[in-house]
Amino acid sequence: MSTATLAPEGLARRVSPGTGVRNVLTLAWRNLVQIKHNPMELLDLSIQPIMFVLLFAYVFGPAMEGSVQAYLPVVIPGIIAQNALFAGMSTGFGLNTDITKGVFDRFRSLPIARSAPLAGRILADTVKQAWSMMILLLVGFAIGFRLETNVVALLSAFLLLLSFAVLFSWTSVYIAMVVNEPEKVQIFGFTVIFPLSFLSTAFIKSTDGIPGPVAWVMDNSPVTHLVEAMRGLLVGGPVLEHAWIALAWGLGISLVFAPLSLHAFKKRA
Amino acid sequence: MTYAIQAEGLVKRFGATEALAGVSLTAEPGTVLGILGPNGAGKTTTTRILATLIEPTEGSARVGGFDVHKDAHRVRQLIGLTGQYAGVDEMLTGTENLILIGRLLGMSRRDSRARAAELLDRFELTEAAERAAKTYSGGMRRRLDLAASLIGRPQILFLDEPTTGLDPRSRGGLWDIVRGLTDDGVTVLLTTQYLEEADQLADDIVVIDRGQVIAHGTSDTLKSQVGGQILEVRPLRAAEVGNAAAIVGELAGSEPELRDGLIAAPITDPALMPAVVRRLDDAGIAVGELSLRKSSLDEVFFALTGHHTDDIDAEADELAAAAKQEART
Ligand SMILES: Nc1ncnc2c1ncn2[C@@H]1O[C@H](COP(=O)(O)OP(=O)(O)OP(=O)(O)O)[C@@H](O)[C@H]1O
Ligand SMILES: [Mg+2]
Repeated sequence: MSTATLAPEGLARRVSPGTGVRNVLTLAWRNLVQIKHNPMELLDLSIQPIMFVLLFAYVFGPAMEGSVQAYLPVVIPGIIAQNALFAGMSTGFGLNTDITKGVFDRFRSLPIARSAPLAGRILADTVKQAWSMMILLLVGFAIGFRLETNVVALLSAFLLLLSFAVLFSWTSVYIAMVVNEPEKVQIFGFTVIFPLSFLSTAFIKSTDGIPGPVAWVMDNSPVTHLVEAMRGLLVGGPVLEHAWIALAWGLGISLVFAPLSLHAFKKRA
Repeated sequence: MTYAIQAEGLVKRFGATEALAGVSLTAEPGTVLGILGPNGAGKTTTTRILATLIEPTEGSARVGGFDVHKDAHRVRQLIGLTGQYAGVDEMLTGTENLILIGRLLGMSRRDSRARAAELLDRFELTEAAERAAKTYSGGMRRRLDLAASLIGRPQILFLDEPTTGLDPRSRGGLWDIVRGLTDDGVTVLLTTQYLEEADQLADDIVVIDRGQVIAHGTSDTLKSQVGGQILEVRPLRAAEVGNAAAIVGELAGSEPELRDGLIAAPITDPALMPAVVRRLDDAGIAVGELSLRKSSLDEVFFALTGHHTDDIDAEADELAAAAKQEART
């Protein structure tokens, strides 16, 4: 018995970049095709945003800005931002499901790029995010929201939101690594993201009249900067001075949580 | 001789827990290596190290001639893994699950579809092929999982407790599949808690307990060490237990165990049974009960280690089982 029959020469030592990209696309396909068998998820991605827009606009609009119409430029960018934060938790939820069900082990035993299972999931979640944002805008347009800028600004808004979402989703990746069941990712996400999105200007025009310390927190929240930049891009106003702070926050968050996640994963395995 | 699987002094610590305390084993190409051990023995940990999923704290291993750590990517091109917990995507159909693996292995869309259909047929899943795996029964899921690990025609296959939770028919079916694979030259490492399974399938058996190899050899050598079967005799009259035990002991070649009038002795040769019957008859001892049964894993462990598997840490095992149950649902 020689080594050659057992271990044929010509086995690649590592994954080529081209193969890595293909692995990511295949795994992204896998995460998107799941929707076909789980229509509830499509509902989640579509109905929920629609409901939020309608409820906020018609219930709070008149009280907040005097009319539904006047509130739309405030609330649509806000809901888009909040939705992105919540949707980011689904990355962690799916990841934790894969880990606890053994699917992740199967992937990691295959000769594929090490980062592909995570990258594929993030790519798929980004597509889902874009879908949700589109639905939110379409509903907004249907009830009277107007794009006050241009198409380039609109595309930039998508780009900004998706970039922030990807960076922010590292928090949910980290949670996925340390909890032992997917539901806990959701619970954690809920308890953090609710206050995080409400302690911002996502649903209000300004923090005038809010007690000092609370207003300070709200004014300096990364969510506020994200929302303000989104407003600038969709209905006009300052963009860059907010966008860069939001992205810097995102970068900082990912720089902290990516290594933490990796460390937690190694410890867990 | 190059081994298909070779591990040396594997130690794995999780914090304060020492899951493996120096496991060494080898498997020759085209054979089945059975790893036999009770809950928490370290079977899964060993499998995961060999399948490149985790790194050992100490020690090294080669699979297909390649170091599992330094040359992990090459090892991954040679192996297939069916983990203890079915690694199938419940949201995808059987076909989609298999196509996914085929695509990840670099097969074309057409080839992966064809290979998927072929394996689904072989594992009697064709009817359920277009249903989401979440609708599958436990046995179907296991079969799909096994099919997934075979997509790339691995030379070396790791099966972690592949038959746990299967009914006897499915278990037999899986055994046939494993035998078919070794006929094709595949090397199989299979972990199990069932002595009978290791006996049926494995060319070599490694018995592990608390992270250590406590015995290894072929099924026959192990049986001669521990007794493959247990002969039990209960004389009708209690007064004759002594005489009967002497006869059984003489023929079995070892001191029988006595428990409330029941004489139990491990034997390796089933042909001994008629001889025992004849000798007892000659001695005029009336027999109330006579049976030959396979020795349980517990008896093997008792013979090898002097302690029963269930007094290791019955409570810990129960907790582990409960946690496992939870993880499954
Ligand atoms: N990730 C982990 N973190 C901490 N301890 C672990 C981890 N994985 C395994 N262990 C411990 O290591 C020991 C060996 O576990 P392992 O899963 O390898 O056993 P096993 O033989 O596969 O058992 P079973 O038959 O229950 O599957 C156990 O005590 C287990 O609790
Ligand atoms: Mg195990």
